[in-house]
Amino acid sequence: MEKVTKIVVLAKQVPDTRNVGKDAMTPEGTVNRAALEAIFNPEDLNALEMALQMKDRIGTATVEVLTMGPQRAADVIREAMFRGADGGYLLSGREFAGSDTLATSYALSCALRKINPDIIVAGRQAIDGDTAQVGPQVAEKLNLPQVTYAEELVDINDTEVTIKRRLERGAEVVVSPLPAVITVNGSAKECRPRNAKRVMKFKYSLATSEMATADDARKAFIQERPYLHIVELAAADVNPDPEQLGLSGSPTKVKKIENVVFQAKEAKKLSAEDTDIEALMVELIAGHTLG
Amino acid sequence: MANFYLDNKDLQYHLSHPLMKRIIELKERNFADAKLYDYAPQDTEDALDSYRRVLDIVGEVCGEVIAPNAEGVDHEGPRVVNDHVEYASGTVRNIEALIEAGLGGMTLPRKYDGLNMPVTCFAMANEMVARADAGFENIWGLQDCAETINEFATEEIKERFLPRVSAGETCAMDLTEPDAGSDLGAVMLKATWDEAAGVWRLNGCKRFITNGDGDISLVLARTEEGTKDARGLSMLIYDKRDGGVKVRRIENKLGIKGSPTCELVFNNAPAVLVGDRKMGLIKYVMSLMNAARLGIAAQSTGLSEAAYREALKYAQEREQFGKPIIQFAAVSEMLKNMEAKTLASRALLYETARFVDIYKQLNHISHDRSLEAEERQEMKFFNRLADGFTPLAKMFASEYANEVAYDSIQIHGGSGYMKDYACERLYRDARIMNIYEGTTQLQVVAAINHVTKGTYLEQIMRYEEEARSEATQPMSEQLKEWRKTYEAVQARVESIDKECAGYKDFHSRRLVEIAGYIIISHLMLRQASECEAEYLNPAKVFVKYAAKKIAEAAAYINASEASDVELFKA
Repeated sequence: MEKVTKIVVLAKQVPDTRNVGKDAMTPEGTVNRAALEAIFNPEDLNALEMALQMKDRIGTATVEVLTMGPQRAADVIREAMFRGADGGYLLSGREFAGSDTLATSYALSCALRKINPDIIVAGRQAIDGDTAQVGPQVAEKLNLPQVTYAEELVDINDTEVTIKRRLERGAEVVVSPLPAVITVNGSAKECRPRNAKRVMKFKYSLATSEMATADDARKAFIQERPYLHIVELAAADVNPDPEQLGLSGSPTKVKKIENVVFQAKEAKKLSAEDTDIEALMVELIAGHTLG
Repeated sequence: MANFYLDNKDLQYHLSHPLMKRIIELKERNFADAKLYDYAPQDTEDALDSYRRVLDIVGEVCGEVIAPNAEGVDHEGPRVVNDHVEYASGTVRNIEALIEAGLGGMTLPRKYDGLNMPVTCFAMANEMVARADAGFENIWGLQDCAETINEFATEEIKERFLPRVSAGETCAMDLTEPDAGSDLGAVMLKATWDEAAGVWRLNGCKRFITNGDGDISLVLARTEEGTKDARGLSMLIYDKRDGGVKVRRIENKLGIKGSPTCELVFNNAPAVLVGDRKMGLIKYVMSLMNAARLGIAAQSTGLSEAAYREALKYAQEREQFGKPIIQFAAVSEMLKNMEAKTLASRALLYETARFVDIYKQLNHISHDRSLEAEERQEMKFFNRLADGFTPLAKMFASEYANEVAYDSIQIHGGSGYMKDYACERLYRDARIMNIYEGTTQLQVVAAINHVTKGTYLEQIMRYEEEARSEATQPMSEQLKEWRKTYEAVQARVESIDKECAGYKDFHSRRLVEIAGYIIISHLMLRQASECEAEYLNPAKVFVKYAAKKIAEAAAYINASEASDVELFKA
């Protein structure tokens, strides 16, 4: 039988911090999740696209999404299936609550050991935490090579992947053996849209715990169609060290959050003439704003 | 995230119309496909839910991909490279996105990989695409050529071409020639039977062909040597993969610049026949044209929506004399009328689309089994309404698109005359809409028959029977008065026409417009009755506007003598 390459995308459901209104933060200085729409982390969508491109090139591959979060995070897996993913895993349970990046990458790596993928693709960072730590930490924990800031899939075969990386002052092309962890930059190709037939096919899919509250007709419907069942993994399913999960596994403590309002003190008006632009560039470089 | 479906409550409202249930029933035929296809619906609610979800995808692709590309496409335009069309780069990306979203073959049956959605939903998708980029809507909307193939071609031809349309290949309808525009009976492109190859061969020239280098082209050609009129014309399919057609040039147009309008040279191009010989113009082009006219009504409505939104946004942002200009009565009145015309276009468009859906679907069913007496009755009823309403929808929506686009520039003031704002593109794009697929004047020719036959009057009487809310009651009474006016002026025209040939022809547009204004006003009142918060205000605005237009047309007719026919003769 032909080898099927197993690609897993790490995705996170995040509050949409891109259009932040006045009620985005609670008085305590934490994110007011109720006021912000829960969305697919944008760079994880770039990661999904790259994973789907890998599948397009290899032919015999599957793309699955792994997400850690509460029950509603199953939305991320459904969204991924609408866009081309074959399925997904929801890693869920109160043991995971309060995880920082260390505990998150630990939990994910436990799940990944069980899933045993050939390629792991993740977004560079999530818009709620902006740490860019989870992907690299997962690679370390699984002892896999990692390619960060991936912008373009150049080539892929059974044993290695060639990736163009976006760096501060240019780009570089690297080759990595597989398995590997790739973290994808926001400058990579945008994710393909939801596909009409896939949406109609997968719209009734549910994760195990969602099934518990579904009506009998829906349950029976999903039982007849196994592809509609989203695998749910509890802590016990991935054999973790309980101490390293959730709050107890999270050394990060937020001491204080300050709300900074940027204010321009002065404004300058420039013409579109080369001389004006030149002068501005000189000023910006001198002030270390650029360069 | 811009989404042209989710941000448009009016569009969502039309999808919830009660007739949709009957349409789904006919379209899904006991939901037999549910056992065969994993994306087929299980029941009516499921189907409606799928329609919403698919339109949500269309809305997102329009908002996120097509609309942002529109300006670039307008500037870049398509070009001819090695006798073929090369689209603007934005157009290529638009097509890619729509293929990835799986939005080809929207109305085609699932056995041809289609989505099996009603014409009403396809019109909604067209409207959104046009709002994003009217020129691109031509390229994408031409997939409705596949409907004609599905209706009239053999199974073998359907299996060859329809799955390709579902996969996203584009279509064209090659009808007009240098000497055959509105008068298609004069088409001369020659089709000759090649016995050895077992195909027809096309030779000649076509002009003004939208997306002329599309993958699959329906070609109107003369198969009967020696004939000179419509009876010698047949419909054929040319497959671009076979070769034999060169693009000689792309027209340099005022608007819809992203849509390649081609002059084509056919040189022994192979083709297959659709349906029966000699029925090309009489039967198949009529079917194509009706679908295309509904398409232009959708395109026009989308353009009005875009032009209205641009104007509204500008009027809210632009400050003069210390306040946003929307606060000036002269500006807000224009905006209210623009909004009312946009909603009116949409109301008429989807009323028409629903009629078309029921008629078309019963017609499809009749190919598979004989219809019950009741179904035959229903098909006849909706066929007549579809035929009567299609020219009205095309005419009103395209004229309104021009008016709304005109006013959009006016609200932008001097800035609107510059190339810096989208309103100037919309204005140029709108200008073709009351011209192509039959000018407004030709829509009147089609519609006047339904004035004479009473199609409109009967439907107006039915609308009068519908239950209406308290708040709309005074306007409902007003509409009954208009109907009496309509009957009176029609009687006057018919009676003078008996003595003076050409009198009815002279007043035909005025008669059709009066009927149209009454019909649209009824639709607006229906909406206002169901959803007062959303529609009562625009309904009142529209009825005031319609009152003025009807009074004007009626006064003209009442003051018009038989001798006027001579007065206006060239």
